[in-house]
Parts: sequence; C-alpha cells; structure tokens
Amino acid sequence: MGELQVKKQPKKYDVVIVGSGAGGGMAAYILANAGLKVCIIEAGYSYDPQKNITQLKNPWDSPRRGASTKIRPFGDFDACYGGWNLDGEPFTKAQGTDWDWWRARMLGGRTNHWGRISLRFGPKDFKRRSIDGLGDDWPIGYEDVKPYYDKIDQLIGVFGTNEGLENDPDGYFLPPPKPRLHELMLKKGAALTGVNVIPSRLSILTQTIKSTTERGACFFCGQCNRNCSMAKADFSSTNVLIYPAKKTGNLDIIPNAMAREVLTDKEGLATGVSYINKEDMMEYQVMGRTVILAASACESARLLLNSKSDRHPNGLANNSNVAGKYLHDSTGTDVGGVMPDLFGRKVYNEDGVGGAHIYSPWWLDNKKLDFPRGYHIEYFGGMTQPGYGFGGGIEGLNGKYAVNGKTKEAGGYGKSLKEDYRFFYGASVGMSGRGEAIPREDNYCEIDPNVVDKYGIPVLRFNVKWSEYEIKQAKHMKETFKEILHNMGAVVTWGGNDDEKNDYGISKPGQIIHEGGTVRMGNDPKRSVLNKWSQAHDCKNLFCVDGGQFVSQADKNITWTILALSMRASEYIVDEMKKQNL
Amino acid sequence: MDRRKSLKLIATGTLAVPAVIAGCKTDDKKTAAAVEPTFNLDRNPDELKYEKELLAKEKFFTDHEMATITLLADIIIPKDEISGSASEAKVPEFIEFIVKDMPSNQVPMRGGLRWLDMQCLKRYEKTFKDCSSQQQLELVDLIAYPEKAKKSKELTQGVAFFTLMRNLTATGFYTSAIGVKDIGYAGNQPTQWNGVPDDVLKQYNVAYTEKELKECVSFDKSS
Repeated sequence: MGELQVKKQPKKYDVVIVGSGAGGGMAAYILANAGLKVCIIEAGYSYDPQKNITQLKNPWDSPRRGASTKIRPFGDFDACYGGWNLDGEPFTKAQGTDWDWWRARMLGGRTNHWGRISLRFGPKDFKRRSIDGLGDDWPIGYEDVKPYYDKIDQLIGVFGTNEGLENDPDGYFLPPPKPRLHELMLKKGAALTGVNVIPSRLSILTQTIKSTTERGACFFCGQCNRNCSMAKADFSSTNVLIYPAKKTGNLDIIPNAMAREVLTDKEGLATGVSYINKEDMMEYQVMGRTVILAASACESARLLLNSKSDRHPNGLANNSNVAGKYLHDSTGTDVGGVMPDLFGRKVYNEDGVGGAHIYSPWWLDNKKLDFPRGYHIEYFGGMTQPGYGFGGGIEGLNGKYAVNGKTKEAGGYGKSLKEDYRFFYGASVGMSGRGEAIPREDNYCEIDPNVVDKYGIPVLRFNVKWSEYEIKQAKHMKETFKEILHNMGAVVTWGGNDDEKNDYGISKPGQIIHEGGTVRMGNDPKRSVLNKWSQAHDCKNLFCVDGGQFVSQADKNITWTILALSMRASEYIVDEMKKQNL
Repeated sequence: MDRRKSLKLIATGTLAVPAVIAGCKTDDKKTAAAVEPTFNLDRNPDELKYEKELLAKEKFFTDHEMATITLLADIIIPKDEISGSASEAKVPEFIEFIVKDMPSNQVPMRGGLRWLDMQCLKRYEKTFKDCSSQQQLELVDLIAYPEKAKKSKELTQGVAFFTLMRNLTATGFYTSAIGVKDIGYAGNQPTQWNGVPDDVLKQYNVAYTEKELKECVSFDKSS
C-alpha cells in the first residue's frame, strides 16, 4: 500500500444506504423510483441471480455434493455468501455468554437464501408490554404498519390463506400449494394435540402477479434457498428490488465496500459514509443528504458506536446509550424422526415450493403457561433431492425395521443394502419451533476496546444470554413436537433426548439468524435510538431500516416487517424531502 | 449472447457459468494442462481460489489405498438389476475429493484401510486387495454389522471404519446420476405441483379437505 489517503466520490447523492438486504433493497427501490439519487454500499461481493446460478443443478454438479464449506455454510448450492466466521473480521463474546453471528457478504444479503416465511406481526405483537408487562410496547401499532404490509403483499407477492386469526392477520394472498403427503399426516398428528395447522405464508409466486411482468410463476423445484434465477418467483432483494431499482438510472451500487463510519458535520448531521474498498484497500467517502443504515441489526449498531464525533461523543445518535442494547434473536428447537408408514413408499416428484406447505401459528394463551411468549412451528420431511450425507446412519434403521417384510441385521452391504436405502428413502419427518424472546437491556453488543478487524475497524463484543422464559418455551416446544410425532405414528430419531441439562436443546442466541433490537425505535429519546419513523432522535437525516429498529420481534420471521417498515420510512423520507425538512 | 438464450444453455448444462471461463485460453494446446477449471455452479472469488487450491493438491490416497477403496465401495454398492456399482458411479473419485475437502476424514480413512490390511495379513497373509473375494467378504462380514460385532472387542475400530466407508459410499453413489435414478428422486425440474397423486392418497387413507381443494393452487391434470 502506498501513501494512505481518503478518496472522495465526486457524486453527491440524495441518499446513501449501507447494506442491500431486505431493508436496504426496499429503501433503494422506493427512493430510486421516487427520483432520488441513491447509492448503496455493500460489504460483500456483487451478485446477479441471473448470472450466478445454483438453481436446477444436480447433486453431482457440486464436487462435494452440496456439502457445506466455510464459504457456504448452508451448503454448496445455497445462494448466500457469508458465514459464522469471516476471515479477517473477528468478533468477541463476554465470558459465559453466547452469540452466533451470521453475516451475509453479498449484494442482496441473506434475502438470497432465506426461507421466504413472510408473516405479518399481529396487533398484540406491537403491544406486548401492555399485555404481559415485559419488554416494551412499540411506538406504533398494527394499524400503522398494515397499509405497508398490504402494499408489499401486492408488490412482492406472498401465498397463504385468510384465516381470520386475531394475531395472524389476513393479507393479500396468492393461493398456497396443496400439502405434501407427510404434511397431511403431520396435520392429523397436530390436530390430536390441539395444534392448529394452516397453509404456509411464503413470498413465492404460485401465480404471476400484476405488479410486474419481469417475474414468472413458481415451477416447484423446491430450491428457494438457491434463489430463483430461472423465474424470479421467490422474493430476494436482488431479483425483486435492487435490479429493478437500477433500471431507474437513479441507483449506484458500490460492492466490496466495508463501511467504517457515518460522517457528520459540525451540527451533528450525517453527511455521508466512509468505507474501505476491500479490493484496493483504499479509503473512500461517499456523501449524501441522508444516510440509511441497513447493514443488519448488529452491523448497524456497530457503525453507530464507531461513529464518534464532538457532537456525538457516545457514538452517533446514541445520547440514550441504547445503541447495541436489547439485542435478541428468535428461539429455536427441532425434533426429527422417521415415519414407518412411509417406508417403501411410491416415489414421485414432491419438491413443491422451497419449504413446507403448512405451518402452525402460535395457538395457545400464555396467561395459562409458565412462559410469556409464543412460537410457531415449521415442518419438514419427505422425498428431497439427495445431497451430501444421504444414507448416513442406515445402520440405525435397517436392523430396527423389517425391510419389505424381512428382518435384517443392522448395517450390512451389497444388494440387500441397496434395497434398504430405497426402502427408507423419503420417510423422514420433523419440525422446528421459532419463538419470541424477551428483549432485555442486559443483552447487548458493544465495541470491544481491544480488538479491530483487518480493516482497523473496532469489532463487536457480544453479551447475550437466554433467560428462564426462553428455556421454558423451548421445553414446551420439545414436549409438543414429540407428542405430534407420536400421534402420527412417527418414531423420534433425533432431538428427542434434550432435557434441563442442556436447556432443552435451545439454539444458541444468534443461531436462528433473526437478529433484532439494537437500534430500537420508541417515543422516548432517552430509551430508544429511533423515533417511530425509523429516524434517529439525535440526528434527523439518519435512518435505520433493518432488524435493529425492532422493539420486539414476535414469533414471526422478521423479513416481512423489515420490508414494511423500510417502505414506510422511505416514503416518509421522500415526503420530508419534499417539505424540505431533510 | 442474449441473456435468455444463455440462461437456457446454462439451465441445460451446455454452457458453464460465463464468469468462470471468461479470459482463459482454450485454443492453445501447449497450455492445455493449465486451463482454468470450470464449475457448473456459481462460485464466488473466494470459492474459486479455494477450489483451485483443492484441485492442485496431490492425490491423497496411494494407488494401493485407492484399489482397496474401490473394492470396498463395490462390495457396499454392487451392480444389481436396478443400477450400476459404486465404482461405475465414480464413488472412489468422490472419496478422494472429499478427504481433501474435509481433512478430518483423512486419518480415519487411511488408518482404517491399514487396519483392514493388517487384519488380512494376520488372517490370510495377504493385504485386503490381494485376498480372494471369499476372504474379503469373510473379513467384511466381521465389521459390517455393528450390533453383531459388539461381542468381539478387537473389531470395534474396524466397525467404525466400515461404517464411515459405508456412509461415504452411500453419499457418493446416491448423489451421482446413477444413484439419483436408482433412488427414484423425480424432482429438480420444472413441474406443476398438483398435490399428492390420487392413488397415494387412497393408499394412506388421507384426503384433502374441501377447504384445501378450494383455496390451493391447482393445475388442469389433462394438460
């Protein structure tokens, strides 16, 4: 490296956005379409689903047959670049605490591979403190967000059904796909336990939609985690927001740009973002009238805490000292097994859409339980595409269950073993719970005073623990899942032995990859970073539109609400700019 | 090239991902050996670097070890009336790759193969590879059945090795074109999901509800 100097991008933008996932993509889409000049800086590689393709590949197209690598921890065909540990980008944890941190590093972020589970928060989800006295109410209610949910349902597309459930609101749904065979069996099993099972709500186009002619309908390959390169039938920020926004001519994208800090002027207002270009390792600045953070909850908090100035000595927009606090993730547990009724089943194509065709919204009243918040259930199983690990552990099955009427010795080899693999194929079944945790002030991330990453940027130190509430919820999940599997005649083969000794197998905080809460909104500037428009209390031209703004995250995967809130904040920005308030 | 057309070509596998092959000379015969490897699936720059390093590595297994692996793989998955053998599906090549990609398998595989040879030397005064088929199967019978083998403590390491070998062979075989056809996986192609076939619904005594039939997407079965 020669002499270190900071290069200023000559173009001044109306809006600079840090990050390109659900929040950043939606903001870019709305603002570029409103005629504003927008620049996205993205810490990862550029990526174009129309060129970077893993969809419809065969298992043997991957030399490791779809196994994961450090670079693609969710498997060789998965569409997300990133990882739990990134070379040169460490983070630390306070002793005795846990946080597994997934960081996407690509255009479109984790929306390129997510489960497309698109659940509106319900009226109760915004007002939890009023119901159970824990955590805090949002400064907004369902009625504030509903118009935006309605808009994104129609802009992006989501299938599901209107069930008239109080806290799982109806929407504008495309027709869902019919349940698969094991899903029909799960439905029966769940009914015996009193668990309500309804069609999934996934942002996948089972039919084309009116809002666009650029996207086709789902052709049922079940590979949404590879991103729909062929038909753009599932939602990803790249296919649905960013590339369409680029067509306006108003959006520039700078990939491989790791944000260092938000720049401010003497008045404390944001003027742009400084970043390091990962390719030439040079320092740059990009200037804008407004700055939007959408870097993921923890990265956005890190940016604020690292952006210190005379006017913002405690980090940008952090007079409240709340930035980094109330960090929380969904809870998760899983149980799986085999369904003896399905041994030797007729084989046919049941790929369907990516993910389950059914799910269970929270069905109980927490007032009658020993934990305060609920969870939803996701189901899986069936005749999936063989991948790395296929056939593993056959010795645990072929000695236990007669194969085509013949009792065998466990293990084995030869023609008899080939018969066994065919016999047991497609009989697996299982489920996962995703629950709401209580956001707490003492669960937080902060700047580690001693550690920097390879760009010299101070890193995050995490300090997060589950409480009894979450562990009791996990216990309830496990008991429920085992009962459902038992009811349907399935045999539990994994996840069934967790108990109080391992906190009922609850996922480590961060593992479900629903990070939220670090830049939360609120009416009180002393207890929140943002106001109800996702706008910083202490810096009016700074916004945060990712999971950071969440006061709580329900038991609903947060993407649909990130999209709705980002659209809401973006329309507010357009409006405020028109009024010359920004 | 028109994007739609190139997409189609990529979809049918007749064209590698363009970004990967861009810039490499394939017409110069002298540098043919140095031609960049191509991949039929998206690889980001970090992955390309990693994959090239893997491909540049020397063979892990010796010829003797590979011959033993091939024999074992074909004992585990032989040709039958439905499909071919593990070696026809290139399972040994898969195992050679995977121990480089996942180095934690290297010692268990190498050590397990030597364990096997030492057992054969003691019993038959030959390595596994040079034993008669009958002797090979005698030895395999001792370690292929974990429950049965529990009785004799000196075989447990061999059982662990054979279980690993069986798992790697199964994964390699059933993720090959031959294996996918054998198992009957019928997806990974555009289709219209119309629900569980009627005969299967009947077989399992399940049915769609009126509500499901009314609200779910359905496609005209005659088309």
